[in-house]
Amino acid sequence: MSKRVVIDPITRIEGHLRVEVEVDENNVIQKAWSSSTLWRGIEVILKGRTPMDVGLIVQRICGVCTYSHYRCGTEAVENALGVKIPLNAKYLRSLMQTSLYMHDHIVHFYHLHGLDWVDVVSALSADPALAAQEAMKYTANPIAAGEGDLRAVQERVAGLVETGKLGPFANAYWGNGTYKFTPEQNLIALSHYLKALEIQRIAAEMLAIFGGKSPHPQSIVVGGVTSVRDMLSPARLQEWKQKHQIVQDFIIRAYKADIVMAAAAFGAEPSVLGGVNVKNFLATEDFLLSDGQYMFNQGVIMNGDLGNVSDLDPDMIAEDATHAWYKADGPQHPYDGTTVPDYTGFVERDTVYGKLPTVDGDGKYTWVKSPRYNGEPVEVGPLASLLVSYARGNQVVVDSVNGLLEATGLPVGALFTTLGRTAARMLQTVIVAEEGLKTFDAMLTNMQSDEATYVKPEIDSSKEYVGHAMIEAPRGMLSHWIRIKGGLVENYQAVVPTTWNAGPVDAQGKMGPYEASLIGLKLEDPTKPLEVIRIIHSFDPCMACAVHVMDYKGQNLGEFKIDPNGF
Amino acid sequence: METHEALYQQGVARMEQLRKLQPRTGETLQQKMEQNGITRRDFMKWSAAVTAMLALPLPFSTLVAEAAELADRVPLVWLHMAECTGCSESLIRTDTPNLDTLIFNHVSLEYHETLMAAAGWQAEENLEHALSAYKGNYLLAVEGAVPTANNGAYLTVGCKGHTGLHIIKEAAEGAAAIISVGTCAAFGGIQAAAPNPTGAKGVYEVVDRTVINLGGCPPSEKNIVGTLMYFIMFGKLPALDMFNRPKWAYGARVHDNCERRGRFDAGEFVEEFGDQGAKDGYCLYKVGCKGPYTYNNCPTERFNHHTSWPVLAGHGCIGCSEPNFWDDMADFEKPLGRQLLHGLDATSDTVGAVILGATAVGIGAHAVASIFAKSEEE
Repeated sequence: MSKRVVIDPITRIEGHLRVEVEVDENNVIQKAWSSSTLWRGIEVILKGRTPMDVGLIVQRICGVCTYSHYRCGTEAVENALGVKIPLNAKYLRSLMQTSLYMHDHIVHFYHLHGLDWVDVVSALSADPALAAQEAMKYTANPIAAGEGDLRAVQERVAGLVETGKLGPFANAYWGNGTYKFTPEQNLIALSHYLKALEIQRIAAEMLAIFGGKSPHPQSIVVGGVTSVRDMLSPARLQEWKQKHQIVQDFIIRAYKADIVMAAAAFGAEPSVLGGVNVKNFLATEDFLLSDGQYMFNQGVIMNGDLGNVSDLDPDMIAEDATHAWYKADGPQHPYDGTTVPDYTGFVERDTVYGKLPTVDGDGKYTWVKSPRYNGEPVEVGPLASLLVSYARGNQVVVDSVNGLLEATGLPVGALFTTLGRTAARMLQTVIVAEEGLKTFDAMLTNMQSDEATYVKPEIDSSKEYVGHAMIEAPRGMLSHWIRIKGGLVENYQAVVPTTWNAGPVDAQGKMGPYEASLIGLKLEDPTKPLEVIRIIHSFDPCMACAVHVMDYKGQNLGEFKIDPNGF
Repeated sequence: METHEALYQQGVARMEQLRKLQPRTGETLQQKMEQNGITRRDFMKWSAAVTAMLALPLPFSTLVAEAAELADRVPLVWLHMAECTGCSESLIRTDTPNLDTLIFNHVSLEYHETLMAAAGWQAEENLEHALSAYKGNYLLAVEGAVPTANNGAYLTVGCKGHTGLHIIKEAAEGAAAIISVGTCAAFGGIQAAAPNPTGAKGVYEVVDRTVINLGGCPPSEKNIVGTLMYFIMFGKLPALDMFNRPKWAYGARVHDNCERRGRFDAGEFVEEFGDQGAKDGYCLYKVGCKGPYTYNNCPTERFNHHTSWPVLAGHGCIGCSEPNFWDDMADFEKPLGRQLLHGLDATSDTVGAVILGATAVGIGAHAVASIFAKSEEE
């Protein structure tokens, strides 16, 4: 007898996500559906606006990887108009990207994903003295993990638990058997969870130095960057570098150490050893280190074959909307996509919680489309980026990945797991933190002879322009596609990382990475599906990104008319 | 307008009431501060700063301190509608020492999808529990606009598949007060920009209640925490402007307190990004700054622990705390003087047309301010 499990909302993500699974009598997942339940229509809104405003608008697709959309949208316009921005502007953009990654990945691991690995209640029974010794096993110089620190953290949480009012920690899946840390390890990680709250603020300040604020920085324009005074100020540069040092320190002494600890503790836990069932990966080149040299490589890996990387070809990208709440007849390239909402709602059926509205898996069931590369689903994200660079023989990445495998004793195959995905994000953060300083130095050198930060873009309203940009956002490869006509935006499409990963099954019946990753997973207790949440979180979902996707071409805007007296 | 004396008495009475209520968490603020290495002295400095920010006289700072300590009596429900989570992100990036965050956590946070540990069925249960157990007493904060087209089907949340519209109406009913955090919840935001395909609306447009609107994309964390503090302290909303924004935060134009204001008055303008004027910090009006039309405290509070704000980073203000700014103030890198705004076209035209005559600009801009200064007192 199969049973339906509904999980909505998936909390600790950006946006609104529902996941449903069907388990057999042994609680093994046979079917899975990922459904995004919010649609905002930002590309419709872009129609007829000036291309100069695109970056500011598409930035609001997401308040988490906010800078990624800002930059990608702006660069799509620059690509269309043929604008070549000054080198300093490229460096400043790269430094902002570095800051974003250092912020984003820390927040993801500790505050969004962390509670899937750390049992807060278990930490209460830890011996702080033993925990302090334990911390020394994973780094010679632990942070916020001395006996005194740990005791204070424990007392703090004990106070909360004693009242029976756990506040934000209430009603979670504490005690689930797939939590594998010892009480001492839980206490260490919990201490880092709290310390990371402080560190992420500093990382956000790094972005704000050159970006004006975070989230939603405001210092990029078509043609360059505006924060020229900050760039030229030795005090500002030093401020950035100093904050960088503090954050980098945490990344090495806490984040990296905790992942090594997790690999040791969870290395034999079945529910984290699967989770990569779509073994196709795609990444683009990004992070400018010096003129023409990048930190990560572009490429495509199919069927997990690391011996064979092909070049990323933008023409191979198409989106399928068979099972998404849009009308569409077949796969479409982003330049020619059509998206007409076609909401069909839920179907009532029995679930482990009784009768509930559930997704119609045979029909349409989400606001996310299914991007495909040469007809195949692919995974994007830090794991994809590292695998592509690894397969390309990028020395920094090869050393970094091999270093982790050595430290944990895990085989290369362990990369293709939920644990591997989470570890890859950490490795990427370490590389970004360490290598990003090269960008900083390259900018300083360039500034000796060149203070340019901007070139004025020209639009000829009698001409038509087409362009796109591809960058690596913290969640994976992000591409924006634009057509400009009459000096205004005629068409806009963004194909975002979470769309690649979270999309529904396509016309051929091929599942996307979220859904595929859940098949075969055994749940300890279907009413407390921690394992599902852990796997989904390992992708770092960003649903607002995924569901902005909207293209007005061929669409009757009259369909969107709203009855002003409707409410 | 009531006297400060009367307001103070109201605050004292409110504290009395709160003290009688059960704390919702076991830890006192004092304990929490100790665990976070915050001294009593830091706390008193913070209270004084918040008092000043709320435009209250210094003697109120003891009341602010007391309200912070009693904040654990006030349950907070935070809902996400059509949004990008930028407002929550803004909030979790509050200052160090992190008293603002601490106060936010000290208010009993019953539901917050980005931060809470529970998920799915259990999360929905937490929400239902909060709405019934604290009926009439909880603060409702909303992030994001409410899609209303197609009966609200563009957003559903929870195992029961309720629309955002349904959830907001239900939650609004039992709320002691409703705060729209950010421009999306306040005025519809980006998804409500033309042609507004999802029929996105501000919360105040779909509930039959007074809603306090914290404009900004995102709003400064100071404005979020200050509003919470005001409500805890007095049990009512602060004085609001014509768009229901708290006057203490949105009472002055960005332009009024801008660090580049002297350049504006002197007629020194950035003509093109990256030029010598940009390097020297000249006024950004001619490259599109909307500071003269925007009401917010960005220049004084800045963002991210006072690190910066857009104008310091060389980009003009885009007017993100104003209703319909995505439509009314585009195209953002050009001066606004060329188009109608809030029916104040004559004045803003003056600003644009005489841009090179600094004195006239000053007068024109001040005229805009005086019109906006008219507010709706409660």
